[in-house]
Amino acid sequence: MTQLAAARAGLGRWARGDSWTVGLMVIFVALFALTKILRPTYGLDALAIASLPVAFAAAGQAIVVISGGIDLSIGSVMALTNVVAASLLLSYPELSVPIVLFVLLVGLLIGAVNGVLVVISRVPDIVVTLAMLFVWAGVALLVMGTPGGASTPWLREISSGTLGIELIPRALVVLLVIVGIVWIPLRRSRLGLSIYAIGSNRLAAFRSGVNVEGTKIAAYALTGFFASLGGLALTASTGIGTPIPGPYLLLSVAAIVLGGVSLAGGRGGLLGPIVGIYILGIIRADLTFIGMEPAFSTVIQGVIMVIVVMVGAYLTLRRRAA
Amino acid sequence: MTADAPAMDPRDGTVRVARVWLRDRPLVPLLLLLVGLVGLLEIVQPGIVSANWVASTMRFAIPLAILAACQTMTMLTGGIDLSVAVVASMSAYVMATTNSEFGWLGASLLALVPAAVVGLINGIGVGLFRVHPLIMTISMSLVVSGAVNVYARSNITGGTRVPSEITDLGGQSLLGFLPNSLLLFIPLAAIILVALRRSGYGRLLYAVGDNEVASRLAGVRVGWVLVVLYLISGILAGVAGLIYAGVIGSATGRLVDPFLLPSVAATVIGGTSIFGGRGGYAGSIVGALILTVLVTFLNVMQAPEAVRQILFGAIILAVAAAYTRITEGN
Repeated sequence: MTQLAAARAGLGRWARGDSWTVGLMVIFVALFALTKILRPTYGLDALAIASLPVAFAAAGQAIVVISGGIDLSIGSVMALTNVVAASLLLSYPELSVPIVLFVLLVGLLIGAVNGVLVVISRVPDIVVTLAMLFVWAGVALLVMGTPGGASTPWLREISSGTLGIELIPRALVVLLVIVGIVWIPLRRSRLGLSIYAIGSNRLAAFRSGVNVEGTKIAAYALTGFFASLGGLALTASTGIGTPIPGPYLLLSVAAIVLGGVSLAGGRGGLLGPIVGIYILGIIRADLTFIGMEPAFSTVIQGVIMVIVVMVGAYLTLRRRAA
Repeated sequence: MTADAPAMDPRDGTVRVARVWLRDRPLVPLLLLLVGLVGLLEIVQPGIVSANWVASTMRFAIPLAILAACQTMTMLTGGIDLSVAVVASMSAYVMATTNSEFGWLGASLLALVPAAVVGLINGIGVGLFRVHPLIMTISMSLVVSGAVNVYARSNITGGTRVPSEITDLGGQSLLGFLPNSLLLFIPLAAIILVALRRSGYGRLLYAVGDNEVASRLAGVRVGWVLVVLYLISGILAGVAGLIYAGVIGSATGRLVDPFLLPSVAATVIGGTSIFGGRGGYAGSIVGALILTVLVTFLNVMQAPEAVRQILFGAIILAVAAAYTRITEGN
């Protein structure tokens, strides 16, 4: 009994603390119900597969934004890791597991390079990663001039279809398990707290003995790691490598804002942005189901985003004024 | 962030004097870089630098410099306008599809209307609702690029045509080396330069960017300053799109889209701080010229696209880093 009460109190605390994320989840469930009415055969798995690459990108972007930075090169890093994976898997299909691990390492290193450049150049994050957007896209083109390469069957198998009952798509499980394994222990660790600390108040963090520069580099490395997961998800879903960056930068930034991560740093988590990505994806699917042209549905998505961010900003203003 | 180190400078006096001199004249190193790049280009391909080449470089640099004006002014307030490129494409496309009906002037003015509307919405979002400028303008560019596609689909039969008045403005030169678009750009740039330095509104932009709270407490209506700013930015982006359509001689719904990141880069290497309150338009103009010459240089080197992108990014970063060190002083 007391356990139940404690659990309920804990749940209530969690819901209050993450009220924005909970609100997003409610919106998502409502949208999903609506989609089921529009198209009864629609399953979560199609949405989960389509959203997997950009969901990883959003998680990565969220980490660096929480640390007070921003990574404009995330789309290029995804393209680069995507082509590295696809070209290696074409040449050495039997080494698929080491190749996947290698690509994750590459992502981590690329991110660390971004972070080191931000720290040593003293140029604002947004400018450094803007420049690196060109650099990594160029490197991707060097690796692979035209779309090509191959994937490996198990990458696709673990990320498509559903697990057990129809409601749980494998892609969602993969996403939550990986993000959970990386983020839940990290959040409670010294590094995780430092990431929030430097994003919240850099000078205060510095004066409290946080290694600001090391933390910054680590945050960028984690973002690169998640970008490489996004690149691998692209390899899995398309079966090839494409050296041209997709629209993942815009989507990842849109998702973190929808997901309640403050661009000023120090606030938010990874769950909100992931739900944000799913909401953007399901809206796109719904607009297709009601027979709207793709061009027009882009307008609607944009308008929805504008309204959401305006309302969000307005509520923040009201809260601050109250 | 480095800690506040004690103010000891072991370096010798002349170096410090030179640094201070450079810090107070941030345009000098930029101009040196521009001249150096042009010199390097002439060494790599002797004879390329001619009156004709100067004209063509300026023709391509002018639309970029106008887009950089949007970035400069918004960055001075600590903002950014990432919708400028799609807005410019939209104006170019609207002009190219309506001039058969309304004439070149009517179509150009008509094309600036949606640009102004987008700017106004950006301004309302950023200024009155306090949405982060990056988010507001990214969201609006999603809306705009979708809207252009919808418009393009409804206009399949219409076709596009850039009238000769616009191609004369964008693509032709006076006396062989003065592009006609300078006739528009010089007054425009002069107004922006003078307005930023001397007008009350220009100083408000610096004030808001330097310390928004202090400006507000001093009675500045920050929200409305920003509404007007993003409105101006939208209109300028539209003008840049019209001129670029003239440079190229044709227009599609995505004509100017690739200019977005260069417009930010030109402003940043021009020395305007992305955090607001510091910088000016002169640097951005030189920045736009540097980027245009750099693109020519990479083309002349016949580097593959991949190498070009890598060098482009690396050079932007290197210039920004060097510039930060020069202007920050100690």
